[in-house]
Amino acid sequence: MLQNSGSSFKLISIAILTVILALFLLPLPIVQAAQDSAKQSSFEQIVTLLAQKSFKEKAKALDALSHVDDERVERILNAMLESRLYYLKSDKTVVFTEKVDGLYQLNAVLNQESLGTVKKKKIKKISLNNKLRKKIRLILAKIKLSHPDAAVRYSGVKELLKKTSAETLFLFRELRIQENDDAVLEAIDTGIALSEIESTDVSTQLDAIKVLGESLLPVARAKVAALAVAAGNAENIDLKVRQAAEKSLKKIDGSLEFYAFIEKLFFGLSLGSVLLLAAIGLSITFGVMGVINMAHGELIMIGAYTTYVIQLLMPNNIGMSVIVAIPAAFIVAGLVGIAIERGVIRFLYGRPLETLLATFGISLILQQLVRSVFSPLNRIVETPAWMSGSWEINSALAITYNRLYIVIFSLMVFFALLVFLKKSVFGLQMRAVTQNRQMAKSMGIRSTWVDALTFGLGSGIAGVAGVALSQLTNVGPNLGQAYIIDSFMVVVFGGVGNLWGTLVGAFSLGIVNKFLEPWAGAVLAKILVLVFIILFIQSRPKGLFPQKGRAAE
Amino acid sequence: MANNKVTDQKKAYQSKVMMLLKSDKGGSILIAFLLALAVVVPVCNLMVPESSALYMPTYIVVLLGKYLCFALLALALDLVWGYCGILSLGHAAFFALGGYAMGMYLMRQVGDRGVYGNPELPDFMVFLDWQALPWYWFGFDQFWFAMLMVVVVPGLLAYVFGWLAFRSRVTGVYLSIMTQALTYALLLAFFRNEMGFGGNNGLTDFKDILGFNLQEDLTRVMLFLATVVCLVLSYLACRYIVRSKMGRVVVAVRDAESRVRFLGYRVEHYKLWIFTFSAMLAGIAGALYVPQVGIINPGEFSPLNSIELVVWVALGGRGTLYGAIIGALVVNYAKTYFTGAFPEVWLFALGGLFVVVTLLLPKGIIGLIEKQSGRFSKKRKIKSKDEALPASESKQALQRNQT
Repeated sequence: MLQNSGSSFKLISIAILTVILALFLLPLPIVQAAQDSAKQSSFEQIVTLLAQKSFKEKAKALDALSHVDDERVERILNAMLESRLYYLKSDKTVVFTEKVDGLYQLNAVLNQESLGTVKKKKIKKISLNNKLRKKIRLILAKIKLSHPDAAVRYSGVKELLKKTSAETLFLFRELRIQENDDAVLEAIDTGIALSEIESTDVSTQLDAIKVLGESLLPVARAKVAALAVAAGNAENIDLKVRQAAEKSLKKIDGSLEFYAFIEKLFFGLSLGSVLLLAAIGLSITFGVMGVINMAHGELIMIGAYTTYVIQLLMPNNIGMSVIVAIPAAFIVAGLVGIAIERGVIRFLYGRPLETLLATFGISLILQQLVRSVFSPLNRIVETPAWMSGSWEINSALAITYNRLYIVIFSLMVFFALLVFLKKSVFGLQMRAVTQNRQMAKSMGIRSTWVDALTFGLGSGIAGVAGVALSQLTNVGPNLGQAYIIDSFMVVVFGGVGNLWGTLVGAFSLGIVNKFLEPWAGAVLAKILVLVFIILFIQSRPKGLFPQKGRAAE
Repeated sequence: MANNKVTDQKKAYQSKVMMLLKSDKGGSILIAFLLALAVVVPVCNLMVPESSALYMPTYIVVLLGKYLCFALLALALDLVWGYCGILSLGHAAFFALGGYAMGMYLMRQVGDRGVYGNPELPDFMVFLDWQALPWYWFGFDQFWFAMLMVVVVPGLLAYVFGWLAFRSRVTGVYLSIMTQALTYALLLAFFRNEMGFGGNNGLTDFKDILGFNLQEDLTRVMLFLATVVCLVLSYLACRYIVRSKMGRVVVAVRDAESRVRFLGYRVEHYKLWIFTFSAMLAGIAGALYVPQVGIINPGEFSPLNSIELVVWVALGGRGTLYGAIIGALVVNYAKTYFTGAFPEVWLFALGGLFVVVTLLLPKGIIGLIEKQSGRFSKKRKIKSKDEALPASESKQALQRNQT
């Protein structure tokens, strides 16, 4: 009995001590108390506590909830934030609700069981104030922080970085001990520094400024900048701090500028890859065969429409449809190309101006055909899931997957074509015919057949370009027109009959365009590029990489 | 005495004109037709009462005037393409520039009758909150200055572009694509509001020209007559150039450029001259076009317009001058008809026309007529055959066969 009372006395005194301690270490009391209550009450009990009127009590319940290791907690908190958490007026059971036709569909909090529908009178929303909302968000972030997946933890930390306080500082310090993922650790350090930069201790401040100098977050930059600017006015801030802040600010700005440069470079590459895809087919028909094909843009359009049709045919499998569309577009556009060659162009070899006019006529016919069949409105081709979203390298640089894939894809097409022309039998025959038709003929090569297939190859690649373009823009009858002049510019700029020239030409024009854009605006940048090419052609009429030797004439 | 002198001069001019039209049967018929139009149209529109069957509504007068402007543009292209072998895919740009110069004059004439009532600034500038007239708008309130700009601006652009292109010997298809890029760049530029030419909407809502109300029938007929006069004079001027020694050199350049160069001619000078002159003609056509249709916008710069123009010339028969005019009239009439009756079919028809003309009618309608009638001497036939397939191209065909 005595022992018992002694132990209970001990318990009480410990509790008092804890409270006193907690008063000094501000964040501690809540945690401590919550831990206690978590031990004492089960999950269900805490949940029922939420159904109280007083916000203070609710806060206590939330604290308790934050220390329950249960996956249901996250769901409950989210529902609360979305105002979907109610309790029954009759027995104060907390429920999830969903509004269905004016009635409320109830689901049990504990096991998601359906509890039927009720009228609004029977239930009452668990209301929140801003303070509680903030608390819930913090708890949710904390839950994320203990997630086994590093990526989830990282996003949790990032969420917390938006608003740092003494509480988050404490939390970060605690987390830092257990964390082993580098990226998360870095983010945590940034978070600690964000709090510590407000410290009154100069050396802590200096360390924090140094850490923030490595960060690219806008909030970090704002804090450092504030210090650097404030330091300029206020006398009471240490000179060292000011200098450190200025230095860090410079560093942040420097790396932001660097990433902006990388981003622009990537956009340039992305535009260049589109140009490359559009021009690469042309560099075969125009460069190798010497045929001016003004319907090239429409062949691209046909490729894009093929993608659209294939998506209509397989609506349940958008992810695969794009893959299927690549060979399909190649075949469809290639067949159309062969038809054009057999039907019109073969009568006009050696008369480039007539070819230009005839193929322009064909382009008009194809445009109108598409308009009549698919309607003149733009069609939207869906982007498969694996191509959407973006790759966030850091908080200053994010690269969208569709553009990244198209850059890779264009290079794949380019090198595949290069290998095909150099290594395959057909490539050999093609080069033979273009270099010396008579000799090739006498060696037993069917030159007319090679002509048709070469043209088909160039057209097919235009179709493949259409598949890629359908992922970037809307598909409409005028899709091709937008690219025809650009593709000719690329081919002429790079040097006719030179695939490498086309590659260099496309990427350099794309990059130049994107670097001019912020300075001159999109339209003016395009005009400037056009004017530049016009002037460039005057000084080097054969392009960047002119063909030399016998092939030149 | 003085009277005698005048009549002498008149006679001299007359004989010169006769000289120009000698051995140009098609041209003579065409000019007679145009002059007849110049008499019939005003009479039928102004003098015949509206109830009469012979009455010609004003919209037809405007439509005919529009066709004749296009005919003048086609004539300009035929001069460079048919005779000099320069296939310009940017001639509509010169046309539009001339049109804009005229449009600017008409815009200034609106004065304070615009929607915003600003005596100095055109409506769109007030709308964009501009405070003062941009420097390049000065002088356009004077008719003579605007008319000067109608020829100077396209001429200067053609001169600079041609000087750069011909000097570095950019020829054939490359030149065509460059001219297309030129008009495309201008299209993009004129779409910008910052350019100060009304952006997307262009210049419109004109009130009067030289004090005459643009909506009145008499003004419209006068504009039509001015178009006829310009077309006839331009035709004679082109004919004069073609028949002159210079014209023969130009044709030689078309057929064998290197050979002419080796003979000691400065090929690029000839090309430059003819290109610039042609651009000026196109500018005049544009200037006549704008007051008749009442609007000029950046759409006129679209590459499609330039290339459509090529098919007019090709259909009519290039290298004949009058063929270009006939082609322009025929295609535009067809366009008016089709876009009204079967709008879906028009692009099919136009596209088909391109293919058919290049494959089956290399000499155009004129060539077809000549072949059908067979009334022409053997000598002439041989000549026209040579003209239809410029040697520079046939040489390439030869080369291709050889290689």
